[in-house]
Amino acid sequence: MRLEVFRITESEIAPRTATGKAVSHLSNLGVPVFAIFTALVVASLAIFLSGSNPIEAYLALAAGAFGDLDSLITTMIKTIPLLIAGLGVALAFRGGLFNIGVEGQLFVGSIAAVIVGTGFHAPIYIHIPVTLLAGIFSGALWAAIAGFLKAKYGANEVITTIMTNYIAIRIITWSIGAYGPLRKAASVVPETNSIFESARLPELIPGARLHAGILIALLAALLIFLLLFRTTLGIEIRTVGMNLHAARYAGINVNRTIVLTMALSGGLAGLAGAVQVMGLSPYNFTTGFNVGYGFDSIAVAVLGSIHPLGILLSSLLFGAMDAGARLMQLRARVPIEIITILQGLILMFVAANQIIRSLYHIRAPKGQGEVNLTQSWGGSTD
Amino acid sequence: MTTPVLQLENITKHFPGVLANASICFDLLSQEIHAVLGENGAGKTTLMNIVYGLYKPDSGRILVNNEPADIEDPNDALRAGIGMVHQHFKLVPVMTVTENLMLGHEKTRGLPLGMLGRLDRKQVSQEIRSLGERYGLRVDPDATVEDLSVGEAQRVEILKVLYKGADILILDEPTAVLTPQETEELFEIMRALVGQGKSIIFITHKLKEVRAVANRITVLRQGKVVGTTTPDAVNMAELAAMMVGRAVLLTVDRGQSHPKGVVLSVEKLTVPGKSNQPVVNDVSFGVRAGEIYGIAGVQGNGQTELVEAITGLKKSVSGNVKILGKDITNLGPRLLAHAGLAHVPEDRQKHGLVLAFSVEANLVLETYYQQPFSDGWWIHPQEMRKNAKKLVAEFDIRTPSVSIPVSSLSGGNQQKVIIARELSRAIKLLVINQPTRGLDVGSIEFIHKRIIEARDQGVAVLLISVELDEILSLSDRIGVMYNGRMVAEIPASAAKRETLGYYMAGLRVEQSANKNVS
Repeated sequence: MRLEVFRITESEIAPRTATGKAVSHLSNLGVPVFAIFTALVVASLAIFLSGSNPIEAYLALAAGAFGDLDSLITTMIKTIPLLIAGLGVALAFRGGLFNIGVEGQLFVGSIAAVIVGTGFHAPIYIHIPVTLLAGIFSGALWAAIAGFLKAKYGANEVITTIMTNYIAIRIITWSIGAYGPLRKAASVVPETNSIFESARLPELIPGARLHAGILIALLAALLIFLLLFRTTLGIEIRTVGMNLHAARYAGINVNRTIVLTMALSGGLAGLAGAVQVMGLSPYNFTTGFNVGYGFDSIAVAVLGSIHPLGILLSSLLFGAMDAGARLMQLRARVPIEIITILQGLILMFVAANQIIRSLYHIRAPKGQGEVNLTQSWGGSTD
Repeated sequence: MTTPVLQLENITKHFPGVLANASICFDLLSQEIHAVLGENGAGKTTLMNIVYGLYKPDSGRILVNNEPADIEDPNDALRAGIGMVHQHFKLVPVMTVTENLMLGHEKTRGLPLGMLGRLDRKQVSQEIRSLGERYGLRVDPDATVEDLSVGEAQRVEILKVLYKGADILILDEPTAVLTPQETEELFEIMRALVGQGKSIIFITHKLKEVRAVANRITVLRQGKVVGTTTPDAVNMAELAAMMVGRAVLLTVDRGQSHPKGVVLSVEKLTVPGKSNQPVVNDVSFGVRAGEIYGIAGVQGNGQTELVEAITGLKKSVSGNVKILGKDITNLGPRLLAHAGLAHVPEDRQKHGLVLAFSVEANLVLETYYQQPFSDGWWIHPQEMRKNAKKLVAEFDIRTPSVSIPVSSLSGGNQQKVIIARELSRAIKLLVINQPTRGLDVGSIEFIHKRIIEARDQGVAVLLISVELDEILSLSDRIGVMYNGRMVAEIPASAAKRETLGYYMAGLRVEQSANKNVS
C-alpha cells in the first residue's frame, strides 16, 4: 500500500547539454513559482477578511524582509537554519526516507553544541570546529537510530522519528528544567549557560549580527549537491530512494545506505541546531528558541523540489516571510499567524501540484520520472 | 453466421503524440470467433477499450445489432451485451466464486433492506452451476478463488461475463498464462460458446492460436487495419509479415552448440517461500559453457524463486550453487557479479531498471563504482555518457538521447538497455528470465539473436520462460519445473511440445521421479 502524498519531479542524473539543462530547470521551477503566487492570492482573502488591505500587507512584508540592511540581515539569519535543515530533509527524501525527526535532531545538535561549547576552553580554531562536529555527530547518531530500526526491523521511519522527537524534546526540557543538569544557575527561565566566546561563530560584519553560519549553510548546499549528483554514494542513495528492488539487484547494500542516509540527514539537522546556538546571542539554548525550524524545513525541502539549488531559494523565501512578519503586523495590522497560513497554502499547492498544473496549464515534464517522497509509507523494506 | 452483431466504423483515437487507432473498421458476425492480431502497441487494446467503454473515440461509431450504440462506460457496454475478460484477472482471491460473481450487483433475499439485505448465495451458485454446465465451464461455485488454478480462475472470469448477460465476449490475450493443455481446453470452451450463440473477439499476438481457433482474422499494425482474412487463406509466415510489416524469421537460427565445462551447478537447492514452505524443492541441475539451458514451466512453479536464489536476491535454506566450482551459495548480487554472473530479471521495471534515472545511469547500474565510471568516490559522468552512446549504437536502443529517463522508452528498448548492460560486462553465466515478455516481434528477434551470440561466445545461459515456444526454439537442454521441483530434463532434440506440456501440468511427475531413481 502506497500513500502518494508528495510527488516531485526528479532532476537530471548527469549533466545535460546547456539548453536541455536550462529548460529542465525552468520546468522544475514552474510549479513552485505558481504555487507561491496562488498561495499569495488565496492568503490575501484571509488578510482582507481580517480587515486589512492585502497589498499593503504584502508590501510591508517585503519591506520587513528586504527593505533595509537590517531587515536583509534578519532574513539571512532566519534563512540559515532552514537551509541547513532543509538540505537534511531533502537528502532523506532522495533516499526514499521521510525524516520527520528533524526537529528533535536539531535540538540534540543544539544541546551537544552547548555541552561542548561550555565544557572546556580551547583556541577558537579548535573550539568552533569541534563544537560544530559535536552538533553534526549527535544529530546523526540520533537519526541513525530510526535508520537502524528501519533497516534491521522494517520499522517505519515516519513513526520512529516522530517518537524520537518526543524523547529528545522531553529529555532536553528536563535537562534545562528547574533541577536539570544543564540549567543555568540562578536563572528564572529554563535556559543553559552561554557557550564560551571561543566557540561562538564570528560575525561577518562586526556588530551587524550576521554570523559565519551563512557561509556554513552555503557550503553545505554545495557539498550536498556534489554528494547527491557527483559521487558514488549519491548514486546509491538515490537508487535506494527511487527503487529499492533495483538497488538490491544492483548489489547496493540497501540497509547500510538507509542507516547512512538517515545519519547524514540527522547530521545536517544537528548542524543547524549547533549553528543556531553558536551564531545567535545569547549563545545558549532555551525552550522555544528554535521551535518550528525542524518542521518548516520539511516544507522548505518540498518547495525546493528536494534539490539543493531549489532549497536555497525556498529557504530564503521562508526566511524572508519570518523576518518580514513583524513589520507586516505593525504596519498593516495583520495578525502574524497569516504567515503560517501563507506557508501552509504554499506547501499545499506544491503537494497537490495537479491543481497548479491544471490552473496554469503546465504540462508534466514528458517522460520524467517522479520522486515518490513517501515510498516508505506503510511499506516494508522487502 | 452472417449477421453482424458488432460493427465499428472509422474508429479514430489520438493520444498525445500518438495515433492509436486510425479510422478502423471492424465487424463481428454472430457466432463467430474473430481474432484481432497485432504486436504490442498496434492498437488492439485501445480499440477494445473503446468497444468496452473505457475510452471514448475521437470519431467513428459503434453499432450493436445494427443499431448505433452510445457506449460511455463499461456498464453501457454490458447493457449492450458486450463483456470483456481481461488479461489480468480481476477477482478477489479470498472470496468464493459465487461471491466474486455477485460483486457489483448483489442479489438479496428476505427483507428488502437494500445494502443491508441478506445475500442470496444459494440462488446465485445455482445459476453459476447451470451456466457452467451449459457452456462446459466446470467450476465449483463454492470454491475460494485463491485455491483455483490459473485455468480455473480464467473460467471464472468468463463465467462472470456470461453471468452478467454478455453475448459478445472480448478475450484479451487469454492464453498468456495458460499451459498448452489449458489453452486447448480454452479453445474448446470458446467453440462451445459460439455453438451456443455467443460471439467472441479474441485478442492475441500468437499466430498458432489464431490459426487454431479463429474463423476470421483482422491484423492491426500501427493503429491501422492491415487486412482481414481467414485461417485457410494465409500461412504463418504471411500472417507474421502482415503483423510486422516485413518478412520475419519465425524460427531462430541457432546453429550447433559446443558445450564445454560446467559453469553453473545447482545441487539440491531448497528455497523457502512466504509461509516457509519450500517453493523450490531439492532442485539440481547444471549449465555448461556454450549451451542454453531452458527452464519451462507454468508461471508460479518456483522458477522465480530459483532465479532469485541463484542471483543473490533470495536466500536458500539448503543445497548449494557453484559458479566454475566456486561455492557462491547465498552470496549477495555484487559478489556474484564479480564471479561473472549477469542477470536479466523477470520484472524489468521492478528489478532491472530505475525508471526515473536516465538511460546512461541505468546502463551503469551495477558498475557505477568501477573504473572508468568512478575512481571510488567521485563519478565520471563523461565516461558514463561515452559508455551509453557506445551501447545504444551497439544494441540498437531507440532513444532520442541517453540523458532522458528510461521510463520514456518502449518496453522493447527498456529490455535492450538491460541486456546491453548485462552483456557488456565480462561474464561467464547469463541468467535471463522472461527475456521477451510483452515485446514486439522486432525486439524479440534481436534479443534472441543476442542470447545465441552470448552462447556462441562461451557464456553459459540459463533461460527461464513461460513461453514454451521460446524455450523450444532457443534451448539446447530443457528442464521442466512443476510445484517447486525439477520434474524432467530433456535434450532439446528430443523435446516435444506435448510431452513438455504434460510435465508442466504435473501429470508425469511419478514417472520422472521413478526414472531419476533408476
